[in-house]
This record gives sequence, C-alpha cells and structure tokens, in this order.
Amino acid sequence: MNTRRGIPLLVKFVAVLVGVYVGVRLVRPPLPSSLVMMYMTLTVCGVLVYVSIYAETWQEFSAPLVELFRGSPERGGLWQGGRQVVLGLIPLLLGFGVYQKVTPSFTPPAEQRVVHPAPPFEVMGLTNPLQQRPDRLQEHLELGARVYFQNCVYCHGDRFDGEGHFAHGFNPPPANFVDAGTIAQLQESYVFWRVSTGGPGLPAESTPWNSAMPKWDTMLNEEERWAVVLYLYHQTGWKPRTWE
Amino acid sequence: MTNLGEHRRWIAGLLRGRGSLIAQLVLLIGLLSIPALGLAQETSSASAAVAYRDLPQLGGSRNLVWIVAQIHLLFAGFVLGVPIFAWVCEVIGVRTGDPRYDKLAKEFTKLLTAAYSTTALFGAILLFALIAFYPRFMGVLSDVFYASYLAYAALFLLETVTLYLYWYGWDSMQDRKGLHLTLGFLLNALGFFLMMIANGWATFQNSPVVLPENLTGWERAWAGINNPTFWPLNIHRVIGNVVLGGFICGAYAGIRYLSATTAEERVHYDWMGYVGNFIGVFGLLPLPFAGYWLTMEIYRYNQQMGITLMGGFLSWLFIIQAVLIGVLFLGSNYYFWLGLAYRTEGAERHKKIILLMLIVLLLCFGVWMTPHSLVASLQEARAIGGTHHPVLSVLGVMSAKMTAVNLMILISFASFLLYWRANKVETVSWAKGARVAQVGMIVLGALYLLWSGVYGYFVPAVVRVYVLSVSQVLVVLAVLILVTVISILSMRNARESGVLRWGRIPPRASYALVLNALMVILLMSLMGYARSSSRVHWHIYGLLEDTSPYAFSPALGEASAVMASCAFIFCLIVSFIFWVASLPSEKASGFEKAEPASAVVAGELTAR
Ligand code: HEC
Repeated sequence: MNTRRGIPLLVKFVAVLVGVYVGVRLVRPPLPSSLVMMYMTLTVCGVLVYVSIYAETWQEFSAPLVELFRGSPERGGLWQGGRQVVLGLIPLLLGFGVYQKVTPSFTPPAEQRVVHPAPPFEVMGLTNPLQQRPDRLQEHLELGARVYFQNCVYCHGDRFDGEGHFAHGFNPPPANFVDAGTIAQLQESYVFWRVSTGGPGLPAESTPWNSAMPKWDTMLNEEERWAVVLYLYHQTGWKPRTWE
Repeated sequence: MTNLGEHRRWIAGLLRGRGSLIAQLVLLIGLLSIPALGLAQETSSASAAVAYRDLPQLGGSRNLVWIVAQIHLLFAGFVLGVPIFAWVCEVIGVRTGDPRYDKLAKEFTKLLTAAYSTTALFGAILLFALIAFYPRFMGVLSDVFYASYLAYAALFLLETVTLYLYWYGWDSMQDRKGLHLTLGFLLNALGFFLMMIANGWATFQNSPVVLPENLTGWERAWAGINNPTFWPLNIHRVIGNVVLGGFICGAYAGIRYLSATTAEERVHYDWMGYVGNFIGVFGLLPLPFAGYWLTMEIYRYNQQMGITLMGGFLSWLFIIQAVLIGVLFLGSNYYFWLGLAYRTEGAERHKKIILLMLIVLLLCFGVWMTPHSLVASLQEARAIGGTHHPVLSVLGVMSAKMTAVNLMILISFASFLLYWRANKVETVSWAKGARVAQVGMIVLGALYLLWSGVYGYFVPAVVRVYVLSVSQVLVVLAVLILVTVISILSMRNARESGVLRWGRIPPRASYALVLNALMVILLMSLMGYARSSSRVHWHIYGLLEDTSPYAFSPALGEASAVMASCAFIFCLIVSFIFWVASLPSEKASGFEKAEPASAVVAGELTAR
C-alpha cells in the first residue's frame, strides 16, 4: 500500500496529537481540563482536515484503518494478534470513560464565575473627585496608602498581587492588582463600586456568596475609598480604563 | 408512478401558489389590527389591565415567542439575503452572456419564493403570539410605531407583487432583461426598507431614545426607529443575511450534489455549491467589522449593557460564538482547498502552502476561542491562582482576538485567491511584479496585524479600541481591495492552463457545505439571543420593565437548548420547503430528461 518509504501518516497523526497534548499540559500553571479539551478537539479537527484534502493522503490515512476494521486474512499472525488487541481495547476504553464519568467525586463542579459583571446604573459615569486636584496628589496618595495598609493588605498583599496572609483561605482568591486582568481593565468608577459594596454588592451571576471581599462603604468614607482607588492605580502603574 | 407524480405536483402547486398568499393575508390582517388594539386599550380599562398572558403548557409564553421570533428571523434573513446575490448573478449572466448564471439566479429565486411564504407565516404567528402574550408591551410599542405599521404593510404588499413578477416573469421577460433586472433591484430595495422598519422596532427595545411630545405619528415612528443601534444593526443584518443565504444555498447544492444521479446534475450542483460557499465567505469577511461596530455603539449607548454583553454573564456566549465562527472559517477554507485539490490540475504543488495556512488558521482559532476567564474546577482554579491564567489571559483579551480574527480573514482570502488563480496563467507583462506585490501585501498586512496586536497590550483601552482595532480593520480591508483589483487587472486575458473539473469533488465537500450552513444558523440563533437578552429584565431598556414571571435570564444550558431547538426546527422546515421546491413541476427541470452518463463521463465533463 505504502509506496513511499517513511513514517506512515497514521503514526504522524498520532504523533501530532500526542505532541500537542504534551505541549498543552506543560504550560505552567496547569491549564484547566475544559481548555485542554477545547485545544485537543481543535487539533484533531485540524489534522483530519489536513489528511482529507488530497485523495492520496486520505487514502494513505484511511487505508490502515479500513483494513483494521475489515480485517485482512492474508496478513501475518503478528498483525492479526495486534488487531485483536486494538479491537479489544476500544470497548475497554469506552468502558473506562463511562466509569470515570459516573464514579462520584468530591471535587465541586467547574465554576463559571463572572469576574467583572455589569455594575449598577448609578455607578456608571462616576468620576474620581480626587483627580480634579492634581496639586493635592501627594496628600491623597498618603491617605490611600494608609487606607490600604490598614484594611486591604491582609488579603491583597503588600505587593498588590493578591498574596496577603489570608489570601489562601479564600475562593475566589483576592484580586491581583498587578495582573493585566483586574483594575487595568476597569474604570475608576467600577473599582470604586467594587470597593464600596464588595462581595455582597455583586449581582447573582458573580456568586456574591463566595466572595470574601468586604463591603467598605460602611467602614470608610467616600474620600478614603476614592483615595485608595487612586493609590492602587498609582502603585501598580496601570491607567484606569477610559472611554472617549 | 404517474399517479404519485401528479399527486406530488399538486402538493407542490398548492404550497407554492396559495400558501404564500394566505400567509400574507394573515400577516396583513394582523398588522392592521394592532392600532385597533391600542384603541381598545384606551377605551376599556379591563383589557388594559392585562399585561401578560401565558401558556405554561407550551413551555411558557417567553420561550414560545423566542422560538417563533428566531425562526421568523432566520427565514427573513434567508429571504432578504438570497435576492441580493440572485440579482447579482443575473447581472453577471447578462454581462457575460453565460446562460449558466441566469439559470443559477433562477434557481436561487426558486428557493426564495419557496421560503417567502413561510417567512410571512412565521411573522404572522409571531405577531399573534406577541399580541396574545404581551399585550401591554405591544401597546407601548404600537404607541410609538403605529405609523410604521402601515408603511410596513404597504412595503410588504409591494414586495410580494414584485417577487411574483420577478419569479413568474423570469422566462417571459428573457428578452426584456432590463425590465427584469429593474424588478430584481426593486425587490431588493423593498426588502431592505422592510427590514429597516423591523430593525427599528427591535433596536428601539435595546437602545430607546426619548421621544419629545407633540410629534406626529410619522415623526414619532421615525424618531423611534432612528435610534443609536439602528444603523449598525441594518448593516450587520444585511451582510449577515447574505452570508446566511449563501451558505444555505451552498448546503442545498451540497445535498443535491450528494443525491445527484447524472453527470450533468453533479457538474451543476458542484458549481452551485461553490458559488454558494463563495458568497458566504465573501460576506463573512466584512461581518466581524460590522459586529464590532454594533458592539461599539452598544457600549457607547449604555456601558452597562455593553459590559453585560461582553464581560458579564453573556460573555460566555461569545466563547461559543468564537467556536462557531472558527468552525465556519475552517469549513469554508476546507471547501476551497478541496476544490483546489479535486478541480484543478497539478494541485500537488499547493500542498505546502495549504499546510502553512491551515496551521496559522488553527493557531488563530485557538487564540480566538481562548476564554478570558476560564471554566475551572476548584482544584484547577487553586493551581492557577484564580480564573485568570497568567499566560493564557494574555490571549483572552481583545487585542489578541482582533488580531486572530483579522488573520483568519486574510487567510480565507488567500485561500480563495489561490483557488481562483489555480488554472490561470497571466499574459500581461507585469504579471511577476503583480504576484510579488500581492504576496507582499498579504504578508505585510499579516505582519502589521501581529505588530498592532502586540502593541495593543501597551496602550490604554481608548487607543486600542478606537485607533488600533480600527486600523487593523482598515488595513485588512485595504489589502482585500487592493489585491483583488490587482488580480482582476493582471488576470485580464489570462490564459487558462487547465480546465476546472466540476463534478468530481468527494462527498466530504458537500458535508462541509452543510456544516457551514448549520454553523451560520446556530450563530444567528446565538447572537440574536445575545442581543435580545442584553436588555436583561427590560422589554424596552430603561423604559418598560419586564414584570412577567419570565423576566429572568435563563441559564446558559437552557438557553443553548432553546437556541439549538430553533436551529433544528428551522432546518426541518427548510428541508421540507426545499424538498417541495424540488418536486417535479409541469416543466421538467431538464435534468430528468438528461441521459444518464457514466461516472467516467462525469469526470471529463467540464465547465468553464
Ligand atoms: C477579607 C479579604 C479582603 C479584604 C480585607 C479586601 N479584599 Fe478586595 N477582594 C477580596 C477578594 C476575595 C476579591 C475577589 C472576589 C471578588 O471579586 O469579589 C476582592 C476583589 C477586590 C476588587 C475587585 C477587583 C476586580 O478585578 O474586580 C477590588 C477593586 C478590591 N478587592 C479592592 C479592595 C480594597 C481597596 C480593599 C481595602 C479597602 C480590599 N479590597 C480589601 C478580598 C478582600
């Protein structure tokens, strides 16, 4: 069947899949299995597309499979034995898959927490009043620093990376302000809203009952909350998101 | 056999002829009765008190309206999209004198007439459902829009008449093509205005404007229609309709190809499938830009709605959308590559470049569908330290997505180019330069996309959204247009190095066509839901609150089930309609009489 010498296509096919799988699994920190699944499906589809474009490759790829399932009496004993093993493995694999699906496990199901839900209407258009007084910036930053180190550092950490002393007790963990995915993406009004109403102020899709972020508007006055927002942006170097 | 045949013909005639008329009458009566509804509410306080009615036995009024509206919209999209390219096909037929195009245009129109009445029928059902289940909402809407109902009804009548003239006059107007083309143009124009009015109602729900007092009925209607998301939606829908129409026609051709019995049929439906796919891809290329504009306008109108849509609980829909669009790109490229491999000569030489394009496409697809925040179990989230993966969240943001999708557009375009020129050799003296310039432009375009994508991480959001993303779009558009123009010029009087062998493509190409159509149908159901549910618990955002028991947003799984049902029901009905349309009519379509040719002949039969 194979006129050209070299690695059979089917073997290459499997090699690509294994290679991608190992590559994806090597990413640190490890990727969640939902994503691994997506990438692997994509790879399988991609490779199938490739082998099925040209008639010859398709033939080369599918012939061994067809032979495997149809059987081929003229082949030697080794091949026949191998075929039996492979055919036997298929139901076993399926059975194993079913077993894995139905055995009870203690891991809670995957969560789809919405990290940045839409804030309430009243919050949208607020601007930081402290930004209007650049001459008093230093004073505001000092206030912000005091607020932060008196209230926030235990959870959000002294390097603003969400690695405070308490951090490991919480799920979801305290926000990492240095990461590009938190305050860097948000407007000041949004951050102000999150600081003011904390976990309890979140809408239902963000699982407010899970969030350990306290509600600060009963403990800090408005100026203090704006000051800590200002301070966070100043310390991390991010610019608040703006429109227009 | 004859008896059965006659029977089928009778069914076909009934459905084709009278069915549409009945449906349209029903819709008209319904439309004209709405103002009466408003009146009734003013006079009798008893009926005005009813805000909602329900039919829990049928899964609840909300789901009912949802499904009916979605199916109506899918049909409407098809019915509005098909005449656009049917007409273009006819124009090409007239200009080139190639009878194949005229025949194809007629076949498109046949599908159009077959689906037209069902569109109207579902429109009528939708209207009845809304009046019955949401009387208060319809009262408020009618109060703003009643004048436009009349315009809608009038346009609808005119469109129906035009369509009948266009379709039934096809053969008799063969030597008066000018008139026929005018009719076709009129058909499109009427359809467009019709769609605009309905878009006005729908967008008003999302982005209502404050209506000053003391406006006349017409002024009120127009003020309501001309709201901030009106134009983006118009453009998005027109393009989307062409895509839907193209891919559905492609799927139709694919299925006919699979069931073809003669060589002639195979050749014809292979070609029709190719045209359908081409139209679909052609529309697909600018579609993301239109969607981008629409989202931007939504953000601008109301950030809260924008965040709900793109960052809030609806953001998961965009991951599904990404997967569907990715499959669509992959599927249509696959179809081009299959065409290259089976229809052109010496296709082996493209193997390397196809592999390269495939790999880039897959990488882009991977980036394109990587979610911003991950679905992870508790353990996994612990290991990552939250749902933001430090490495992957880089791929989850807009900069990466825009770059990926623009690259996918460029690649699809390159695939098409490759296919287009596969059997042609330029004869102009500057052919080599042209080729270098084209490749150079595509490569430079891709490099610019990459650069701006990376640069996007280092600039504030405003710059990214209003400058970088827009520049990416413009660069891609410029490449598309320039390369096409150069191609057209340099391929003038090109010598054909080989014939395209139609009718030999393997069945998997037809399956790819069907897959593409399915993806578009699912996409429309998905994004239709996204746009509607971004209003959350409002009928009319900020103005009229939904106080029914169905004011909640369904869970993602439930919503997906409803969307999938919509797509499924739509496919069922479409299959039925196309089956009816393909029943033998009085005039045999020509294929029935054709001599069955052997498979060998099929291979040799070539067109163009
Ligand atoms: C008890 C621990 C704890 C303390 C103390 C705390 N936070 Fe948080 N914070 C969290 C957790 C957990 C989250 C992530 C969950 C969430 O989004 O609600 C969070 C999230 C946030 C966010 C949202 C970031 C985003 O991307 O949405 C901001 C802003 C924030 N905290 C600011 C502060 C500020 C300012 C203080 C001090 C005034 C503070 N936090 C004190 C636990 C804490």
